[in-house]
Amino acid sequence: MCLGIPGLIVKVDDAAKKLATVDVSGVKRQVNIACIVDERHPVEACVGDWVLVHVGFAMSRIDEAQAAETLKVLTELGEAQAEIEAMRLSAVELGRVAS
Amino acid sequence: MKYIDEFRDREKAAVLVKEIEALVATMDVAKERPIHIMEVCGGHTHSIFRYGVEGMLPKEIELVHGPGCPVCVLPMGRVDDCVSIAERPEVIFTTFGDAMRVPGSKKSLMQARADGADIRMVYSPMDALAIARNHPDREVVFFGLGFETTMPSTALTVLEAEREGLTNFSVFCNHITIVPTLKAILDSPDLNLDGFLGPGHVSMVIGTAPYEFIARFYKKPMVVAGFEPLDVLQSIWMVLKQIKEGRADIENQYQRVVPDDGNAAALDAVARVYELREFFEWRGLGSIDHSGVKLREAYAGFDAERKFAIPNVKIADPKSCQCGEVLKGVIKPWQCKLFGKACTPETPLGALMVSSEGACAAYYQYGGLNSELEPA
Amino acid sequence: MNLIPFIRPRRLGKVNVPTVTLAHGGGGKAMKDLIDDVFVEAFDNAALAPLEDQARFDLAAIAAHGDRLAFTTDAFVVDPLIFPGGDIGKLAVCGTVNDLAVGGARPLYLSCAVIIEEGVTIELLRQIARSMASAAREAGVQIVTGDTKVVPKGACDKLFITTTGIGAIPEGRVLGAHLARPGDVVLVNGLLGDHGAAILGARGDMALDTAIESDCASLHGLIETLLAASPGARALRDPTRGGIATVLNEIAEASQAAIEIDETRTPIREDVKGFCEILGLDPLYLANEGKIVAVVPAEEADAALAAMQAHPLGRGAAAIGKVNVGEAGRVTMRTVFGGRRIVDMLVGEQLPRIC
Repeated sequence: MCLGIPGLIVKVDDAAKKLATVDVSGVKRQVNIACIVDERHPVEACVGDWVLVHVGFAMSRIDEAQAAETLKVLTELGEAQAEIEAMRLSAVELGRVAS
Repeated sequence: MKYIDEFRDREKAAVLVKEIEALVATMDVAKERPIHIMEVCGGHTHSIFRYGVEGMLPKEIELVHGPGCPVCVLPMGRVDDCVSIAERPEVIFTTFGDAMRVPGSKKSLMQARADGADIRMVYSPMDALAIARNHPDREVVFFGLGFETTMPSTALTVLEAEREGLTNFSVFCNHITIVPTLKAILDSPDLNLDGFLGPGHVSMVIGTAPYEFIARFYKKPMVVAGFEPLDVLQSIWMVLKQIKEGRADIENQYQRVVPDDGNAAALDAVARVYELREFFEWRGLGSIDHSGVKLREAYAGFDAERKFAIPNVKIADPKSCQCGEVLKGVIKPWQCKLFGKACTPETPLGALMVSSEGACAAYYQYGGLNSELEPA
Repeated sequence: MNLIPFIRPRRLGKVNVPTVTLAHGGGGKAMKDLIDDVFVEAFDNAALAPLEDQARFDLAAIAAHGDRLAFTTDAFVVDPLIFPGGDIGKLAVCGTVNDLAVGGARPLYLSCAVIIEEGVTIELLRQIARSMASAAREAGVQIVTGDTKVVPKGACDKLFITTTGIGAIPEGRVLGAHLARPGDVVLVNGLLGDHGAAILGARGDMALDTAIESDCASLHGLIETLLAASPGARALRDPTRGGIATVLNEIAEASQAAIEIDETRTPIREDVKGFCEILGLDPLYLANEGKIVAVVPAEEADAALAAMQAHPLGRGAAAIGKVNVGEAGRVTMRTVFGGRRIVDMLVGEQLPRIC
């Protein structure tokens, strides 16, 4: 099932039951964070984390670096396209000047 | 909205479209045989339609909408079982919203509610558990629906119910698995597919390794894709590159959310609570081996199938229903004889018209812009 | 405004029980006390005062406001009765006032028929009645006649209200959904989807905590401002149930024209967006109770927009699309992503998705 939404953990509600409050553009909801906590990421340290929420459960931590990387690929693609277009236009221009 | 808006960016979309067009131009695609890419998930189908992605692609690419919509593939017999449980006076039947409209052989859950059954929509199985806590005198049943994405949430809820010693909560388990579904598609003799967009949120749980067989044995490329329209476009581009380069690999476009080895805590909960069924019935695709899970014996007290006697009757799909062919990409929704006539979102006959992500429902509601509705 | 004078001394009865019982609908003294103590007390106007079976008005006085009578009715069954930004009473007044105002009418008088479920508290009824009175005052209308029924427990869901309204349309003013022409501009007066989201949030089934409030408001003043700046306006509709998608489809169908809107121009509050994302809802289909969709000729669009933006209920006004030559009755949207999609009539009820 697909409808997952990124949300920001703003508060831990119950550390023992692994419940926290997540904020999605100002709308808040309690979610279960059992899937995203472990020894390296304890419950208390969750506030401020971005997670993927699905049916009231945080199912994955959103990797900021990966997100940036994904977008960077596209930005670079766009820059490359712009450069090629610029070269093409200048070649046309040169052609015009030459003839 | 962070992590959403950036992945709906119009300019990056234009860049990708340009790349895709350039790539396709070098690929010598025959007019009668466009490149068929199947997007497995209902969520991908929805995103494609909602943002008009298909219309942005060159006509050499055809997107085929796959069976990854667990609501759509719910067989009528199982809906009848739900209704029979829900109609018991002691039961509060809780379900996700999209399951309410699926027709059974006599009625849907929505109609059962209109007839007086206590059926409540919930966003999360945790909310169903809360209802059980607040109504100790009633039996609360949660309709557990979905692929591996929602298996952990249902499982964790069962574990919590066990921890709290609740005796009035149970799950009617209809969770299904993605791999046998993909195998059934790949094994189908009418298969016409060149590549796949893989299920992003299922993969968040199971990782990307389970799909290796697609690349290794069936030699088809798959890109595990996110759900924002930019994710979908980028994934299509990545599939095209593989096809062009003659590769067949499993790639992960949705790396910000999908870890390659999945989620250990989720998989752990799933392994504890469920075991595989020998076979399970799918609307439109028939019976598929090892495609569903049920609660283990240890959790019998939380298993609605054991708690309540259910009719458990297998109801065949309507004879004229062509859902299976649409699901496999053999025909397009509007080429089904019933599309838009006997089968509409208000009067759905088949799996794909039932849920708002079903390919037929999506075409009916959003589409028609890019498709000249050629008759079959 | 001239009344046909017939004053009967008003003996205000008092209700001295905490909840409504079947006796309060019985037609006897208990009912009279309920009407007096709760409704007449709140609505308090000269037209209502005689408490005849009908309110009576001098026709010439109504004709002073226009040459056509506008007449509308609406039933209100909202649940919960009280929600962020309003209640069923305010809704019942504003909804009917707006139905008159979008026809270009000056709203004048409302009737109020209530069906009350046995067991509802008098305090709640009073709150609703006062809310209606306040909304009526703000809208410049009077509630002049009414009816009260009480039904047994379970026969209705707490409280249903039906309001019927009359107004007068000034001479020369012609508005209609069939009048949209290619080239016309589609305007809205502000943020879309607030009411629908507020109600869903208030119902609590989804356990979402939000600050979203209903936009419930009487739009007659805004509409007069708009029509003064854009006398050539073609059509006005209030996008209540079914949202702007439904209204745009109605206009496109009636005018046999095509309408295209631009998603980047549809004003939606951030938290309404978030709300919709979580539940998988489409804000184009969410109800609005303080919004209008206006179709105006292109040459009047700038003036219309400026006039609305200068009005307190139009600060967020925006041009969201155009009427085009194209497939008759079709509404499309250029998505934020750059693609195009069809915006169809809603099929069934919008249900929260998981997928």
